[in-house]
Amino acid sequence: MDATQETYNYKVVKQFAVMTVVWGIVGMFVGVFIALQFVFPDMTHGIPWLSFGRLRPLHTNAVIFAFGGCGLFATSYYVVQRTCQVRLFSDKLAAFTFWGWQAVIVLAVITLPLGITTSKEYAELEWPIDILIALVWIAYAIVFFGTIAKRKVPHIYVANWFFGAFILAVALLHIVNSAALPATFLKSYSAYAGVQDAMIQWWYGHNAVGFFLTAGFLGMMYYFVPKQAQRPVYSYRLSVVHFWALIFVYMWAGPHHLHYTALPDWTQSVGMLFSLILLAPSWGGMINGIMTLSGAWHKLRTDPILKFLIVSLSFYGMSTFEGPMMSIKTVNALSHYTDWTIGHVHSGALGWVGFITIGSLYYLIPRMYGRTEMWSTKLITLHFWIATIGIVLYIAAMWISGVTQGLMWRAVNDDGTLTYTFVESTKASMPFYAIRVLGGLMYLAGMFLMLYNLIKTAAIGERVDARIPPVEAHAHA
Amino acid sequence: MTDFVSSFWGYYVGIITLASIIGCAILLQSQSKRRVPGAKVETTGHVWDEDLQELNNPLPNWWRWLFYITIVFALGYLVFYPGLGFWEGTLGWSSAKRYEEEQRQAEQKFGPLYAKYAQMSIEEVAADPAAIAMGQNMYLNYCAQCHASDARGSKGFPNLTDNDWLYGGDPQTIVATITNGRNGVMPPLGAVLGSDGTRDVAHYVRSLSGLPHDSIRASRGKPLFAQNCAVCHGADGTGNKMLGAPNLTDNVWLYGSSEATIVETITKGRNNVMPAWKDFLGESKIHVLAAYIWSLSNTPPQRNPLAEPDKSEPGQAEPVKVGQSS
Repeated sequence: MDATQETYNYKVVKQFAVMTVVWGIVGMFVGVFIALQFVFPDMTHGIPWLSFGRLRPLHTNAVIFAFGGCGLFATSYYVVQRTCQVRLFSDKLAAFTFWGWQAVIVLAVITLPLGITTSKEYAELEWPIDILIALVWIAYAIVFFGTIAKRKVPHIYVANWFFGAFILAVALLHIVNSAALPATFLKSYSAYAGVQDAMIQWWYGHNAVGFFLTAGFLGMMYYFVPKQAQRPVYSYRLSVVHFWALIFVYMWAGPHHLHYTALPDWTQSVGMLFSLILLAPSWGGMINGIMTLSGAWHKLRTDPILKFLIVSLSFYGMSTFEGPMMSIKTVNALSHYTDWTIGHVHSGALGWVGFITIGSLYYLIPRMYGRTEMWSTKLITLHFWIATIGIVLYIAAMWISGVTQGLMWRAVNDDGTLTYTFVESTKASMPFYAIRVLGGLMYLAGMFLMLYNLIKTAAIGERVDARIPPVEAHAHA
Repeated sequence: MTDFVSSFWGYYVGIITLASIIGCAILLQSQSKRRVPGAKVETTGHVWDEDLQELNNPLPNWWRWLFYITIVFALGYLVFYPGLGFWEGTLGWSSAKRYEEEQRQAEQKFGPLYAKYAQMSIEEVAADPAAIAMGQNMYLNYCAQCHASDARGSKGFPNLTDNDWLYGGDPQTIVATITNGRNGVMPPLGAVLGSDGTRDVAHYVRSLSGLPHDSIRASRGKPLFAQNCAVCHGADGTGNKMLGAPNLTDNVWLYGSSEATIVETITKGRNNVMPAWKDFLGESKIHVLAAYIWSLSNTPPQRNPLAEPDKSEPGQAEPVKVGQSS
C-alpha cells in the first residue's frame, strides 16, 4: 500500500471527469429536445414518457446532478488531493461514490420518464433513490474531510472551504427536504404539508442553487483560475468575507421563490432582504476570480481555457445581480412564472456553472493523461465561441419572451377585463422558443466538440498516477 | 399577527433576523482594514500545490459600500414593512391589505360599468356590442381552457354554440351554471347490466338517435333501459335538464357516440365537474359573461330587427355539429 500512498488517486478523478462530459451531453440533449416541444407541441404524439412533464425533471436532474455533480466530484477530488498533498482518504470509498453516483443517475434516467416522482422540484427522485444519494453523499464527506484531516500542508486552501461547505450543506438540504413517509416501494408522501412543505422545498431549492451550483463551483474557480492564469488569488481577506457571508446569507433567501403566496408576509420580506444582501458576497467571488487575472490580462487573448473561466465569472456576476433584483417583490410581480426566470437560471447554469466546469475540465483532463494540454487548443477556442453565442441567444430570447409574457398577463382593458388571453402570450413567445432551441443546440454542439477532443486526448495520452511531491518547508508569515 | 403559534416565535424570528443582518455588517467591518498607502501587497506566505498563492489585497471600497448599502436598505425596509416577527412595519403594509385595496380600486373604477349592465336583462346585454366584447374577453380567459376558444367544446366539455343544453339554455339557468358550477354524475352500471346487457343498452341508445345499430340487441336493450336508465334519461330518452341528464335522442354527444364509448360510459359511469365562479367573478361579471354565452346560440332580439323579417324563434339558431363524437 505504500506505493499507492506516493501517488494521487487520479483514477476516480478521471472517471468522474469523463462522465461529466458524457452526462453533460445527455442532459443538454434532453434540454434541447424539450425546448423543441415548445416549438412543435405535438412532436411526440402524446407518448407519455416523452412528454414535457416527465422529461423536464430528467433534464434538470441530468444537468445539475449528473453533469454538475460529476464535475464537482472530479474537481473536488483532484483539488483536495493536490492542495493537501496527500492521496484520497480512501480509494474504496471514493470508488463507491463514483459507482453509487452513476447508479443514482441511471435510476433517475429510468424512473423519471416512467413518471415515478415525488413532484418536488429538483428533488423528484423517490425515496429508495434518496437513500442511495444520502449514502453516497456521506461516503463523499468521509473521503473529502478524511483527506483534509490527513493533509501534509498546514493551511486549508480556500477552494476546499467552498467544497467542504457545499458537501455539508447539500447533505443537510437533501436529508431534510427528502424526509417522507413511504407508501409503497416507489411512492412516498412528504413529511411536510401545505405552506410549510412549500417553504422547506424552496429552502432546499434555493440552497441547491447556493451550495450545489454556487459554493461547489466557487471551489473549482478558486483552484483552476489561479492555476490557469498562473497568478496568485487576488485577496485572501476578500475570500474570508465573501465565503462566510455567502454561506450564511444563502440559507435565508429561499422565500423569494414564494412571493405573493400563502407564505406569511414577514417570511417573504426576510427572504427578499437576504437575497439583496447576497449581492455583495456573490460579487466578492467574482471580483476575486477576475482580479486574479490582473497582470495577466493578455493571456485572455490567446488562452481559450481562461476565456471559459473568466466569461464564466462574468455570467456569475450578471446572474447574481439579476437574482437579487428579481427577488424584489415589485420586480417579482412581473418576472415570476414567466420565461424570465428560465433565462435567469440558464445564464447561471450555462454561463457560470457550465463554463467554469468546462474550463476546469480542459485544464484537468490532459493531466489525467500525462499531458498539460488537450489534443486541440483550436477546438477549445471553437467550443468557447459556439457556446458563448449559444448562451447569448438563449438568455436574450428568454428575457424578451419573459418580459413580454409578464406585460401581457397584467395588461387590463378600460372595462376591467384582461387584454390578452394566455394563449396569445404563448403565441407571442413562439419565435423566442425557436431562438432558444438554436441557442441550446449550439451549446450542445460545443459539448460534442469537447467529447471529441477528450477522446483524441485520451488516445494520444498515457495513464498516469502523478507522484505526490515532498512537502516543502514554507516560510510562515 | 396570527403567523405565530406562540409569542416566543415572534421574538425568536425578530431577534435572529436583526442579529444576522447586523452580524454581516460586523463581519465586513472586521475585515475592512485600510491599506497602508504606498505599501506593497504581500501574499499570505502560504503555498499550495507547488505554486498556488494568495495576495492579501484589501477589500475593494466600492464593494464594501455596496455591501453596507444593502445592509442599511434591509434595516430600513424592516422599519417600514413586516419582517421582524410581530413587527408589522410603520406603513402597516400587508399583502392581504394590498390585495383588498386593489380590489377596492378596481371596484370603484369598473363597478359602475358592470352595475349598468346588471340593471339590464341578459337579452338586452347580449345586444350591446361593448358588453359582448367584455363577455368574450372573460370567456377567453376563464372558460376557453375547457370549452375551447371557439366555444365548441371537446370530449367531456360541452359545446356552447349548438343550443343543445344539459341543464338548460335560458339566461337564468346559464347564470346559475356559471355561478354555482355543475357536477354531472352518471353512476356506473356495468356490474348491474353485465357486459352483454351493457352492449344491448348501448345499441338501444344508438337506435334512439337513428344511428346504425343491431336491432336484436336494441330490442333486448329497451327493457333494460327502462329499468336502469329511464329514471334519469326519461322513458323516451329525451333526458332531464333538472338533473343534467343528456337527451339521448338528438345525436349530440358529450363523450362520443361509438358503441365502444357508450359501453364505456354505461360501464364506468361519468363524473364531470364544472367549477363554481361565484367567488372569483362575482354576480355582475357573471351577468355579462352569461350574456355572451347566451349570445353564442341565440340572436339578441333588438339587434337589427329589420334584417330578420321571418319570426324564427330566438334560441333556434342553426346547431353546429361539432364535438359530437370522440
